[in-house]
Amino acid sequence: MSGNEATADKVKALIDPFNKKGVTLSNDTTFAGDLEWDSLTVMDFVAEVEDEFDIVITMNMQAEIENVGQLIEAVDSLNG
Amino acid sequence: MAENKDLLSKFDPLIQERETLLSTGVMDPYAIVMDEVKSPTEAICNGRETILLGTYNYMGMTFDGDVLQAGKDALDNFGAGTTGSRVLNGTYQGHKECEDALKEFYAMDHAMVFSTGYLANLGIISALAGKDDYIILDIDSHASIYDGCAMGNAQIVAFKHNDSEALEKRLRRLPEEAGKLVILEGVYSMMGDIAPLKEMVAICKKYGAMILVDEAHSMGFIGENGRGVCEEAGVIDDVDFIIGTFSKSVGTVGGFCVSNHPKFEIMRLVSRPYIFTASLPPSVVATAATSIRKLMHSGNKRAHLWENSKTLHKGLRDLGFNLGTPEAQSGIIAVIVEDMMQGAMLWQALLKNGLYVNLARPPATPQGMTLLRCSLCAEHTVEQVQKILGMFEAAGKEVGVI
Repeated sequence: MSGNEATADKVKALIDPFNKKGVTLSNDTTFAGDLEWDSLTVMDFVAEVEDEFDIVITMNMQAEIENVGQLIEAVDSLNG
Repeated sequence: MAENKDLLSKFDPLIQERETLLSTGVMDPYAIVMDEVKSPTEAICNGRETILLGTYNYMGMTFDGDVLQAGKDALDNFGAGTTGSRVLNGTYQGHKECEDALKEFYAMDHAMVFSTGYLANLGIISALAGKDDYIILDIDSHASIYDGCAMGNAQIVAFKHNDSEALEKRLRRLPEEAGKLVILEGVYSMMGDIAPLKEMVAICKKYGAMILVDEAHSMGFIGENGRGVCEEAGVIDDVDFIIGTFSKSVGTVGGFCVSNHPKFEIMRLVSRPYIFTASLPPSVVATAATSIRKLMHSGNKRAHLWENSKTLHKGLRDLGFNLGTPEAQSGIIAVIVEDMMQGAMLWQALLKNGLYVNLARPPATPQGMTLLRCSLCAEHTVEQVQKILGMFEAAGKEVGVI
């Protein structure tokens, strides 16, 4: 399994508890639009992702991340 | 010809929300006018005698006789305004005296006076942290802190409110060689809670981060000499910068930064919000300097303010209101209500009974909450505090909050 796939599986597992509407996830699923997350949910979720991968996703980066695929790419790039 | 895109249409949801609220007949909570102000604790609002419980005038210096006289003298001797920047023709002897008073008040080497507290945060933060530096801040930080971060294009890392472990995790994960500024507030003005500064400052030191503490809501009141939560926590010598304002305990308007950093004076030449705006009028810096010097010796007033805050907190809790902190931690007591509608109803009922409090709503508030913020004054009498509790009981029952 490539790094990207392993990351994708972990990220999707982290989304699950926040996916209250049971939206089917793909790389194009957006956090604000499809998952309807508010800023508080985003904050809690980002903290989970940061702890899981031991990284920091700055607010500047967060502003650029709109969908699941972009998040997976960002996590991979931060993991070097 | 192409049709203009109306840039204001992005505000339509807010316009709609306001119209819905106001159509119920509730008064507009953001359009109140003080017709007459009689003292730090009383005004005439909408023709009615009103007790002020939402003005952050913690030490009641707005009508202090010495303060007023200093302002009048400066107005006579130096004119209505400076018409200039601090770095050009806008630094008068009064601005230097004000900075001297601050240095003495905080027992620090350097002080820099800005035109408002908002500009002090903007000016210091944007100059300190640039594109490649990291700012690590509490998620519930004041708007002026976020705006200072944005202005400097710094990399922003937020951590969960008042959570030392979350702060440490983020500091540990950042590149060791990167410049880091941790920004904390002594008192968080929405809930009135204080930061665990002793613990947090130790963590910052461990990871080599510089520390800025905004003491806007604690100056003059918290700490033995009124220097703020830093003083109370015994860490004032370990923080690099303290930001404050004249628009709360000092009782006028203006902002400042104090520091012991040996290179601090260069900030005057690199801080755009310091340079590219007019300096404070002579009367304002004269009132500020006089007030600051009086605040050095206000131990009794501090003690009375604590009494007021504790009495109001206990009284409101006993009445059954949901409060922002388990006990009184500052001069702010936040009453948490269900939503904007209930908040506006309670706010209006209180005002009609003759009490002004502050209605706060998202995005200013944490976690989407609506709050009625009460801020006490050292000039509130014991009787006034009891009267305030009676007004809260009546209004709370009328609206069905308690």
